Amino acid sequence: MARRAKGASEINAGSMADIAFLLLIFFLVTTTMDVDTGLARKLPPMPEEEIEQDDSQIKAKNIYVVLINSNNQLLVENEFMDVSQLRAGAKAFINNRGRDPESSDNPQKAIISLQNDRGTSYETYIKVQNELAAAYRELRDARSMQKFGVLYKDLTKKKQKEIRKEYPQKISEAEPKNIGK
Amino acid sequence: MSKFRNNTSKDTPGISTASLPDIVFMLLFFFMVTTVMRETTIMVKQSLPQASEIQKLEKKSLVSYIYIGSPVERMQGTYGTKARIQLNDAFANVDDIPQYITAERAARDEKEVPFMTTSIKVDLDTKMGIVTDVKQELRKANALKINYSTRKEVR
Repeated sequence: MARRAKGASEINAGSMADIAFLLLIFFLVTTTMDVDTGLARKLPPMPEEEIEQDDSQIKAKNIYVVLINSNNQLLVENEFMDVSQLRAGAKAFINNRGRDPESSDNPQKAIISLQNDRGTSYETYIKVQNELAAAYRELRDARSMQKFGVLYKDLTKKKQKEIRKEYPQKISEAEPKNIGK
Repeated sequence: MSKFRNNTSKDTPGISTASLPDIVFMLLFFFMVTTVMRETTIMVKQSLPQASEIQKLEKKSLVSYIYIGSPVERMQGTYGTKARIQLNDAFANVDDIPQYITAERAARDEKEVPFMTTSIKVDLDTKMGIVTDVKQELRKANALKINYSTRKEVR
């Protein structure tokens, strides 16, 4: 055969790009770049049977009671409230520092008690959780700006702990029960 | 003078595409490395609520997922529309959760167990009743680190 060259002929690499493109498109389609985000919480450990919960030591004025009923309405400290007002309400309560004798003594003692009905929608529950977390975040940011001149999230771990000690996030969720309509 | 102008041909030469495969391969490897294949098929509705105070879920290998929601449309014939729990690839009951947590723990290194997080992915139309039950089971199983999966709020 006269056509055949003397050495082994080179493989045509022109279609390599096509093959690579094909694979590339496959991985592009299957890739999910989303990062999982969410509200991190820590559940309280199961209470031991013998130990009676002694709530009487906590003064009633240091507890900010938030109830959500099955119609997704909020009852905060025995008054109806809209979710949009909750953040300001919680902030005022936590940062009261004895100004209002009916409100909390100081941020360390302030506890937010959250109770929901079995019929409450998850969306409302998350909204409330988010507002409460936002209230704490804003207070910590304000304190951190005042003390260190930067936002809470930009602080070092040690300084964050310091701020956290001043504003501990105490959101207590009562044992589930039906609080009714 | 004409000595220098000699070698410039009149028509512009085409761009060499010889390095194109290299570029494509580079992209290909990038996507191959970053790809996470979805290992479970989600059988419950999952439109997550939005929140602004979110944190990133780190160390994905230490996260176990619990999906809650009403079954997707093609499953509604067999499973109805009531909200259900999905663990791995199957529907489950509330009492299956401790077993699931134990299995998840057994699959990890003993040292890593305290850092394990449970991500609860709940559809926003779900009622809190089932979520509360799940939380109680997690407390009993001593899996206290949880994460309510939410999307970032778009304003």
